[in-house]
Amino acid sequence: MREKELEKIKEYKYGFSTDIEDVKAPKGLNKKVIQFISKIKNEPKWMLDWRLKAYDRLQKLTEPDWQKPKYPKINYQDLYYYSAPKSMKDKPKNLEDLDPKLLETYKKLGIPLQEQKKLNNIAVDAVFDSVSVATTFKEKLTEKGIIFCPISEAIQKHPDLVKKYLGSVIPLTDHYFATLNSAVFTDGSFVYIPKNVRCPMELSTYFRINASETGQFERTLIIADEGSYVSYLEGCTAPMRDENQLHAANVELIALDNAEIKYSTVQNWYPGDKDGKGGIYNFVTKRGACRGKNSKISWTQVETGSAITWKYPSCILQGDNSVGEFYSIAITNNYQKADTGTKMIHLGKNTKSKIISKGISAGFADNTYRGLVDINRKAENARNYTQCDSLLMGSKCGAHTIPYIKNKNSSSNIEHEATTSKISEEQLFYCNQRGLNQEEAVSLIVNGFCKDVLQQLPMEFAVEAQKLVGISLEGSVG
Amino acid sequence: MLKINNLSAKIENKQILNGLNLNVKAGEIHAIMGPNGSGKSTLANILSGKKGYEISGSITYQDKDLFKLEIEERAHNGLFLAFQYPLEIPGVNTSNFLKTSLNAIRKSNGKKELDALEFLKIIKLKAAELKIDEKILNRQLNVGFSGGEKKKNEILQMSLYEPNMVILDETDSGLDIDALKIVANGVNSLRDKKRSFLIITHYQRLLDYIKPDFVHVLMQGKIAKTGCSDLALELEKAGYEKI
Repeated sequence: MREKELEKIKEYKYGFSTDIEDVKAPKGLNKKVIQFISKIKNEPKWMLDWRLKAYDRLQKLTEPDWQKPKYPKINYQDLYYYSAPKSMKDKPKNLEDLDPKLLETYKKLGIPLQEQKKLNNIAVDAVFDSVSVATTFKEKLTEKGIIFCPISEAIQKHPDLVKKYLGSVIPLTDHYFATLNSAVFTDGSFVYIPKNVRCPMELSTYFRINASETGQFERTLIIADEGSYVSYLEGCTAPMRDENQLHAANVELIALDNAEIKYSTVQNWYPGDKDGKGGIYNFVTKRGACRGKNSKISWTQVETGSAITWKYPSCILQGDNSVGEFYSIAITNNYQKADTGTKMIHLGKNTKSKIISKGISAGFADNTYRGLVDINRKAENARNYTQCDSLLMGSKCGAHTIPYIKNKNSSSNIEHEATTSKISEEQLFYCNQRGLNQEEAVSLIVNGFCKDVLQQLPMEFAVEAQKLVGISLEGSVG
Repeated sequence: MLKINNLSAKIENKQILNGLNLNVKAGEIHAIMGPNGSGKSTLANILSGKKGYEISGSITYQDKDLFKLEIEERAHNGLFLAFQYPLEIPGVNTSNFLKTSLNAIRKSNGKKELDALEFLKIIKLKAAELKIDEKILNRQLNVGFSGGEKKKNEILQMSLYEPNMVILDETDSGLDIDALKIVANGVNSLRDKKRSFLIITHYQRLLDYIKPDFVHVLMQGKIAKTGCSDLALELEKAGYEKI
């Protein structure tokens, strides 16, 4: 048994679970549970009302079903919507008061919470199941007027900002999973960068699902005020469990005049075992609004985990001259499935968007790029460039490219390029002959294939991501 | 160094090698010549470990059973094949590839891996010695390289890894005279008592610049004739039919 477990751990090294006493909301989805969540977070009434409005709306919605990966019906009444380590009930004031088990967990995950051990110039907000357990470098950021805190804290301390922007990019009524999130979201990060401030370090949130039968519904809201800049990173892992766990997050970004937000994700949720048992359903809504002129939002995602990844980080290019970018690597191995891409909605004049997508399929996996480029009637001189490349390994996997283009303005310029290729035996042989083993060779070739996207990641993470790309495909050839 | 004993090989039921024997001692240069389809490239492929052949017979390399070594283990043990058609790997920087390979080989031999600076110093020196334009180092591996550039890149790698047993698979094909000299120069500068070469070629031309110890004629899957370097000249004049 133990050996078997070790074997599993080797496959997914973040697959351990932390044995920690937790506080849970009663199972099920109803108004009482929402009231429970709101109460335990000590939320003001407007927040509870907002949640309940979302809940009411949810009753009228059904899950979308147009996506390629199908999944068994989720029983929403059979899930926990809130789970937090008991020790978090009386909020620890600082890291020293934090439950050592939590510190240990993050240490195992390679996330430095103890600031004195800082190796990287990165501030971290760590979210464990439904609560944020620690945020580092707070003081240093406060000096510059930057707010970086759990969203539950922002609701209390910065209600004006939250009221003004929450739901302004992803409305309450958007679609089933987004609305579900609005009703039951538990924690996540809040970022506000004041006017003309360039955030001096990478901001990062690390999401960890620990409890079983629990959904994680985090909410992230990032506002870059005029002339500001921020680079934000998100990482995720979960224990290996035989059941499928739901992760339905909402991320909203707002960039005002001349502001820039760079949002990077390295998603490594538990993908399920070799036979496709277990794994996370990663149904996430991410959307950014380039509200101001000359603003820019850039999404970079490296999606290697999850049983099903279903997300389209999008940009609404409202401001004139605003720029939206989407760089994506989606790797699916074994029985993993991905249906991911982006939406670029051009509303302002001279708006530009760029989409670079790299899909890699191995084993029995299925990988779909789905993207929308929508040029509004008033979007004079809009430009889009899209490049979708797929790489297949073996003959039992699939790759699909589904680009939608809606163009209502004849002054626009839209380019789309797509390729599908296979790693050839000859390429592998060549690498082997130069001393690289099969896994090193695959990793090298795949990293070459993904280069255009990897180089968009902040340095510290590019190296990690490169390794992850190799690990995710281990055992997929030969 | 290398001992091939009664080697036969089939691919998709087609007999390609048919009882081939060859003994290459340390420090020797052997040239293998032969007409199209005589099994020259198959021999190179089998030596380096390419899969897909049905093989009988035995090969010992440095007193080891070669068939028990994986492709990369053969490389770690100093066996190097210069490809007839070097592969393109998009997105992979040539310099990075060479460094990764060199370090994989060094690591397997218990040597310290080189960092980027140490590596750059060595590779620049090698490129200069071989008169190879170091610009190729910053390009994607073999992508968009001319035929000559690809072959020069193979020679650069040969010189970098300092292998014990070098197999050149028609490295001279399609090269102009300047590139041919670079290839020959690369081989000659590595030539020493401990290192052996197996040079597979169609033409006598390369042997004007590299003087082999033995010339073998491969026909119908086995060595039909062996001689000294004069044999190559004879073949050039009379063709393979006389053998």
